[in-house]
Amino acid sequence: MADALLPAEFSDLERFAKDWCLATEPERYAKRLASTMDEMQAFYDAVFPRAEEAIVYCDKFPLHDLPDDVHRLLLLLYSLILVSFAVEIWRQPRIPDTGTASFELEDAPVP
Amino acid sequence: MMKQPAPKQYPKPPEGTWTEHYPELGTGPVSYESSISPEFYELEREAIFKRAWLNVGRVEQLRRNGSYFTKELAVAKTSLIIVRGMDGKIRAFHNTCRHRGNRLVWNDDPRVESRGNCRQFACKYHGWKYDLDGKLSYILQEGEFFGIDKADYGLVPVHCDVWQGFIFVNLAKEPEQSLREFLGPMITAIDYPFHNVTERFYYRGDIRSNWKVFLDAFQEFYHPPILHGRQNPVMSNAEYQRMGFYTMHFQIDGPHRVGSTSGGGGGQLPPEALNPIEGVFRSGLFGPWDHADLGTEGFPPGLNPGNKKRWGLDSFQIFPNFAIVFWETGWYLTYHYWPVAHDRLLFEATAYFVPARNARERLAHELGIATIKEYALQDCGTLEATQMGLESRAVTSFPLGDQELMCRHLNKVVNDWVDDYRRKHAEVRP
Repeated sequence: MADALLPAEFSDLERFAKDWCLATEPERYAKRLASTMDEMQAFYDAVFPRAEEAIVYCDKFPLHDLPDDVHRLLLLLYSLILVSFAVEIWRQPRIPDTGTASFELEDAPVP
Repeated sequence: MMKQPAPKQYPKPPEGTWTEHYPELGTGPVSYESSISPEFYELEREAIFKRAWLNVGRVEQLRRNGSYFTKELAVAKTSLIIVRGMDGKIRAFHNTCRHRGNRLVWNDDPRVESRGNCRQFACKYHGWKYDLDGKLSYILQEGEFFGIDKADYGLVPVHCDVWQGFIFVNLAKEPEQSLREFLGPMITAIDYPFHNVTERFYYRGDIRSNWKVFLDAFQEFYHPPILHGRQNPVMSNAEYQRMGFYTMHFQIDGPHRVGSTSGGGGGQLPPEALNPIEGVFRSGLFGPWDHADLGTEGFPPGLNPGNKKRWGLDSFQIFPNFAIVFWETGWYLTYHYWPVAHDRLLFEATAYFVPARNARERLAHELGIATIKEYALQDCGTLEATQMGLESRAVTSFPLGDQELMCRHLNKVVNDWVDDYRRKHAEVRP
């Protein structure tokens, strides 16, 4: 696929790349809150089993010089981390009992 | 592999309890009127936040000469400029132009903090310019002013000092203590390679509770198995639910305090004690499982002050509103609790790691900081509920257990500082 977003080895995850390869934590968190549990379960079920291979793949490249497709694979793993709380623990997108409080990651290293 | 960990109790001082080891604290119920009274908040602003040394950031935020950031201090109704001058020295100034009082440094929205690098500060209003050491260097149409001497119109300085790379300010005209005197022996004993632990994640929250009500949840380990019980299989196991969690060691030094607890032991836990994601990324509630190389020989002085085996973390509470939490695996976290009103605070949580060398390390950091958000937001929701409960004044006297010693201490220190201020204030007024 000439216009693939992810490395060819992860073409099975390509269908999630457009929605879930998001550059910042606030974008990823907003995506979690805007998703249904069915969507996140499908994402988790597909990405979780490939996570270890994806880490190994990313680590073939220097962290601060990742090719674009590998950088997107890393972003997909960041999304897996946020989705895991909804799927593994809360069984809902939102953290329970959090009212209207806000708590945003405003500064983080790149990548 | 270890079995599911069981909660442990730890030896207490000869007096029988931690609280009675510090008899000035008493053991009776406490009042939280100081957290719901707007009048008390007005006193705290003067008695505490304009007298104590306040941490506003770290030297790594000012990497080059000319680097600056601004800090909004709603509690003092001011904004500060923190800047590294062309001589490399870090200084703090009130962010106010001497001409007609305009806020000097801001971008787009004067209420939002800004940062950058520059050679001088120029006021957006009439173009007065200041050197980075605060000297007024330029007045447009200087000849139109009446007998003005630029030397009399520098930026208003704020006392500023640095300890272990942490930048502190003091808003008093003359601080009653130097920064190191204020920090005292327990805190200044800390000698940690902060300069090697510089990968920074910064969270900021707007919470509708009093700053002390909120801080109290971050200085006791009595609540985690309950409030955060679902988040982690270790805490949700039956033994923790039945027995609760115990702090290993408490210590008080002046207005500051520390609590130490056991560690996460993530690498040794059986799979049923983990969330599946933790096993993949080797990280979680206690941060990365694998030890970071801090780049120094031996254990950092000042940490684990109780010299406990199986030590996992220290939660140092530096009066009034700053905390540093050191984790056994080689990372640290700071919290800042900035009052905005008697029933509102700005909460900052900043995590620092040894910079990741590869994606695996970076992902372990990401899971650690994501976990912070999951638990902190639960605290945020609950502490808004606590504020509402307190404001009903249906209950006015609250029992604190020995595990809540640090909450009792903060409550007392705040009241002591306000009483001291009132007394001194009364003395100067006939």
